[in-house]
Amino acid sequence: MTPKTNDLMHPELFQIKKVMKETYDTFTLELRTGDDSNHLVFQPGQFNMLYVFGVGEVPISISGDPGAPQTLVHTTRAVGSVTKAMRKLKPGDTLGVRGPFGKPWPVKKAIGKDVVVITGGIGLAPLRPAMYELMAQRKKLGALTLLYGARTPEDIIFKKEIKKWRAQFDLDVRVTVDRATKDWHGNVGVVTTLIPKSTFDPPNTAAFICGPEIMIRFTVMELLKHGVAKENIFISMERNMKCAIGFCGHCQFGPHFICKDGPVFSYDQVEHLLEIREI
Amino acid sequence: METLAKVLAEHPFVHGLDPEHLELITGCSKNVKFDAGEFIFKEGQEANEFYFIRQGRAALQIFDPNRGPLTIQTIGRGEILGWSWLIPPYHWHFDAHVNSPIRAIALDGKCLRGKCQNDPKLGFELLKRFAHIMEQRLRATQLQLLDLYKQ
Repeated sequence: MTPKTNDLMHPELFQIKKVMKETYDTFTLELRTGDDSNHLVFQPGQFNMLYVFGVGEVPISISGDPGAPQTLVHTTRAVGSVTKAMRKLKPGDTLGVRGPFGKPWPVKKAIGKDVVVITGGIGLAPLRPAMYELMAQRKKLGALTLLYGARTPEDIIFKKEIKKWRAQFDLDVRVTVDRATKDWHGNVGVVTTLIPKSTFDPPNTAAFICGPEIMIRFTVMELLKHGVAKENIFISMERNMKCAIGFCGHCQFGPHFICKDGPVFSYDQVEHLLEIREI
Repeated sequence: METLAKVLAEHPFVHGLDPEHLELITGCSKNVKFDAGEFIFKEGQEANEFYFIRQGRAALQIFDPNRGPLTIQTIGRGEILGWSWLIPPYHWHFDAHVNSPIRAIALDGKCLRGKCQNDPKLGFELLKRFAHIMEQRLRATQLQLLDLYKQ
């Protein structure tokens, strides 16, 4: 799905084909257009503006497989008025879609390197397309590691898929939760505690990180401590995106617009900005 | 004992330690095993050992009468379990429950306390290393308390 340049503000109609409950507050929508000729091509890390008619528009990352673009997949939490209204939609209902927008995860830059994908909470959704893409390029990569942190075992999204990934011999998947009761036998602790337990070669590693900004900062610190180069650390930033094409300025982050120049940045691009609280 | 010395010498915790100090530590160590479901120690018990985990995973838990055991953190392969042996009154503050079978090297804290008393340099080296672990665990706990994913 390549937006026509003169039509960037005009939503296209998509029909909901499937609604999947991921957790108590997180859900996945599968969308299709009525027009079969329309290509839904996107790159991992890009997002769409989803419009719930009569309620509003929100930026949501694409969480599907870039190699299977026939279906548009979005995963989000019901936290605001638009996403709460979105959760109530049913198969057959219609959504407005603009996009895809934004700079993707630089999967090509990871070729020949070890790759560590580090994510927390709903941050796995924008990274899932990158995981699909990395697995499609598996033979060209060194070690591939996914480190995922969730609030509790009940908050883990894409459970079936994570189980499937864990069963693969060429993929190291580690999951941890911040709090757990006796039924959970996995790791407990923040996601950064998984980094020293993982086996990647820091000087030859590309890291993709997505999650709450504090998590990103601490994760970057840990990776730098282990010797991963700043230019090989990629983070996905989040700000209040409205127009998605760099016109309105809502998502301005220093000299960048998150919607147009991001959401994915290399750490060395934005390191100095992360220290400025007013931005 | 030679094998134990070799295993200990390879652990990052002792990197940079003088050979005579490593020998002293080795003299206070032994191999131990715990099955899944066992407790390595329980809250309130005397803390006279700490562990280099070689395999398996233990959950640090606190028991709440209403909610049952609550896991605060898990400690696994390559990590150090326990520092209460170092700080008076030498009692464990949590339970260490074995999640998956553990092979570890147990170090006799009582024995080490005595050696540290007689050799302040060894005491400083150990404190330096444990302070680092404590700082890491404290930082991780602070992040946990922030409940970052709730936003």
